[in-house]
Amino acid sequence: MNDTAPTLEVRELRTHFFTRAGVVKAVDDVSFTVRRGKVLGLVGESGSGKTVTGFSIIGLVDPPGRIAGGQILFQGKDLASLSEAEMRHLRGNRIAMIFQDPMMTLNPVLRIDTQMIETVQAHAKVSREEARQRARDALGQVGIPSPDERLKSYPHQFSGGMRQRVAIAIALLHKPDLIIADEPTTALDVTIQGQILAEAQKLCAETGTALIWITHDLSVVAGLADDIAVMYAGKVVESGPVSQVLDAPLHPYTVGLIGSVPSRNRRGEPLRQIPGMTPSLLNLPEGCAFRSRCPRAEPNCAVPPPMPEYRPGRFARCIHPHLEEAVAA
Amino acid sequence: MSEAMTAARPAATAGAGAPIIELRGVSKRFSRSLDFAAKLARRLGAPVREDVVHAVDGVDLTIHKGEVVGLVGESGCGKSTLGRMVAGIMPPSAGTVLRNGQDITTLGGAEARLGKLRTQMIFQDPYASLNPRMKVTEIVGEAPLVHGLVRRAGLDAYVDAQLRRAGLDPAFKRRYPHQFSGGQRQRIGIARALAVQPDFLVCDEAVAALDVSIQAQILNLFMQLRRELDLTYLFISHDLGVVEHLSDRVVIMYLGRVVEEAPVAEIFQRANHPYTQALLAEVPRIDARKRAFAGVKGEIPSPINPPSGCHFHPRCPFAMERCRVERPALREIAPGHRSACHLNDRV
Ligand SMILES: Nc1ncnc2c1ncn2[C@@H]1O[C@H](COP(=O)(O)OP(=O)(O)OP(=O)(O)O)[C@@H](O)[C@H]1O
Ligand SMILES: Nc1ncnc2c1ncn2[C@@H]1O[C@H](COP(=O)(O)OP(=O)(O)OP(=O)(O)O)[C@@H](O)[C@H]1O
Ligand code: SF4
Ligand code: SF4
Ligand SMILES: [Mg+2]
Ligand SMILES: [Mg+2]
Repeated sequence: MNDTAPTLEVRELRTHFFTRAGVVKAVDDVSFTVRRGKVLGLVGESGSGKTVTGFSIIGLVDPPGRIAGGQILFQGKDLASLSEAEMRHLRGNRIAMIFQDPMMTLNPVLRIDTQMIETVQAHAKVSREEARQRARDALGQVGIPSPDERLKSYPHQFSGGMRQRVAIAIALLHKPDLIIADEPTTALDVTIQGQILAEAQKLCAETGTALIWITHDLSVVAGLADDIAVMYAGKVVESGPVSQVLDAPLHPYTVGLIGSVPSRNRRGEPLRQIPGMTPSLLNLPEGCAFRSRCPRAEPNCAVPPPMPEYRPGRFARCIHPHLEEAVAA
Repeated sequence: MSEAMTAARPAATAGAGAPIIELRGVSKRFSRSLDFAAKLARRLGAPVREDVVHAVDGVDLTIHKGEVVGLVGESGCGKSTLGRMVAGIMPPSAGTVLRNGQDITTLGGAEARLGKLRTQMIFQDPYASLNPRMKVTEIVGEAPLVHGLVRRAGLDAYVDAQLRRAGLDPAFKRRYPHQFSGGQRQRIGIARALAVQPDFLVCDEAVAALDVSIQAQILNLFMQLRRELDLTYLFISHDLGVVEHLSDRVVIMYLGRVVEEAPVAEIFQRANHPYTQALLAEVPRIDARKRAFAGVKGEIPSPINPPSGCHFHPRCPFAMERCRVERPALREIAPGHRSACHLNDRV
C-alpha cells in the first residue's frame, strides 16, 4: 500500500458486453481519480455506463461482459494483478458498493438481523450480541425508527426507501476506504436524504473514506461532491471541480442536463429536454456520440473528439465547448 | 354519490370531472406474526405483543377525473401502501375504496377485471416488479394481447411503439430485465403500464431512477397523454420539484395520515401544516454548493409505535399540551385547502 497514492485511480477503463446482437461498449474510455476523504459525483444519462463502471471497480462484471482495457488502481495497486481471493477480501473490507437495487444486497428470505449480524461477523471477531448491537446502531444511523423491532423484519416488510437505507447501513458497517454508492438516495425524501448525506460526510471527514456517489440528482452532487465526472454513452465527457462544472459547463450535454432540472423550468409548461433519443450503444454514430442531439454540432464533430484540459482541472470531450459562457459566468 | 360529497369538492378542481377514486376512512395494518418462541412465551403468560405497523391510518381522499394529484411524505409514511390500495391491488384493513362511485371490493367478474386494467401502477422498484425470466417484448406485449387490445399480427409493431414512447430502443426488446440499466428498467415498467391504455395511473416514484433529461422526457409524455387521453394520475414522489411541476393538487402524508391537502400553488406559497413547512424548507437546491448536511433532529417516529395525538408533535416546534393527546382533524382552512393542525383552532 502507498500512502500518497490516491484511493482510486481509473485510467481509460473499457468494459464491453459481447452479446449476440453485437458488442455493447457500456464503458468505453472512463478516467477519474478519487482521493482520501473526497467525494466524486458520477452523473450522466441513464444507460451511460455508471453502474457498469462501479461493477468494474469491485470486480462484479459477469459474462458476456468483461474489462476490455484500461487500469484500475486502488491505493496505487493495480486491481487486475490481484487473485480472486485477494479481490474478495478487498471487496468485503476495504471497498463497499451500495447497489442501485437494494435487493442485490438483501436476501429476500432472510431476516434483516440475520443478514446484518452475518456481515458484521464475517469481518470482525465479535460476539453475536455485540454484532447485533452494531447492526442496530447502523440502522439508527440511517434513520430507521424502532430499530430493535425492525431488525426482526424481512426485506419485503420494508418500504422502498427503508430497503435502500438498510443497504446503506450494511455498507457503512466496516468504514471501508472506498464506497461506491449507486443512486443510494433516489427514493428518499429530503429529510432522510439529509441524514444519510450527513453520515456520508462524517465518514469521509473522520475515517478518510473516499466516495464515488453515482446519481442523477444534480442538487445532491452540488451539495456533497468535490469533483464531478459527467458520462455520456460510455465515456466521461466532462470533469472538474463541482462548482466550476455546474456554474460554467463546457460540454453541450452537461449544459442540456442542467437545463432540464424541473425547478429551473416553469410549472405546467413542457420541461426543457435534450432533443432526440439516447443513441443505441450498438450503433453509435461515428465521431462524437452526442452529435445527433447536439445544438452546436459541426461537420468536424464526425471525428472522435479529444478531451483537452480547457482550463486547469477542467476537461471536456468536445471541440466546440461553451467557452464564451464560461468566461461570462 | 351523495350531494354533500360533490359540494365539498375543492374549488380549485371544480373544472375537473366526477370522482374517479374516493377513499373513505381507509386504513392498512400489517402485523408481524410472532415466531414460535414468542408464541410459546405468550402462551405461558409472558407479555409479548405482536408488532403492528399502522401503515395507513384513516385516510379520506378524492381524486377527480383528469386531475393530477401529487402524494408526498417521508420514507415509510405509507405512500406506496396507499397507492396499492388506490390501484386495487391491495385490500384495505378498514374503510372503502370507490372507483367511479362503486366499491371495488364488491365489484365482480368482468367489471372488476376492467377496473383493474384501466388502473395501472408504475412501481417504485422496477427490479422486483418485472419478471426476470420474461423478455421485454413479453413483459410489455402480454397484457394487451390477452385483453384483445391488439391482434397478434400487429403485436410487434405495437410493442415497438410502446417502447419508443417510453424512450427505449426497440432493438433491445429480446433482452431480459437484468441486461438493462436501472433507468431503462424503470422505463420498461412505464411502457408496460401505458400499453394497456389505462385511464388512471398510479405512479410510485416513477421517475426517481431517471436522469433529469430523461425525466423531462417522461414527465412531458405524462402531461401530453393527460391532454390527449384525459388520463388521471396519482403521482407519488419525494421530489417536490417534480410534484410542483406536474400536479394540480398536492397531498402531504405523515406517518400514515394525510396532514395537508391543497392546490399546488397554495401548498408552495401558503403551506399551513408545520410538517409541510419543514419539508419545504429542506428542499435541496442545485445552487447550494458543498454544504454540511444536517442529520434528522429528534427521534424519527415509528409506525409501530406512533406518537399519541398529533403524530408530528415530537418534532413540531409549535407543539402544545393538546397536541400530545388529541388527534387534529383534517379541516378546510381555505377553499380546497385542508390541514390537520390544532393551531388552526386559535384565531
Ligand atoms: N448484462 C448486460 N448485457 C448487455 N448489456 C448490458 C448489460 N448490463 C448493462 N448493459 C448495458 O450497458 C449500458 C450501461 O448500463 P449501466 O447500468 O452502467 O447504466 P447506468 O449509467 O448505470 O444507467 P442508469 O442511470 O439508468 O442506472 C446500458 O445501455 C445497458 O443496457
Ligand atoms: N408487506 C408488508 N408487511 C409489513 N409491513 C409493511 C409491508 N409493506 C409496507 N409495510 C410497512 O408499512 C409502512 C409504510 O410502507 P410504504 O411502503 O407504504 O412506505 P412509503 O411511504 O412508500 O415509503 P418509501 O418512500 O420509503 O417508499 C412501513 O413502515 C413499512 O415497513
Ligand atoms: S464535439 Fe461537436 S457534437 Fe460533440 S458535443 Fe461538441 S459540439 Fe456537440
Ligand atoms: S397539531 Fe400541534 S404538534 Fe401537530 S402540527 Fe399542529 S401544532 Fe404541531
Ligand atoms: Mg445504474
Ligand atoms: Mg414507497
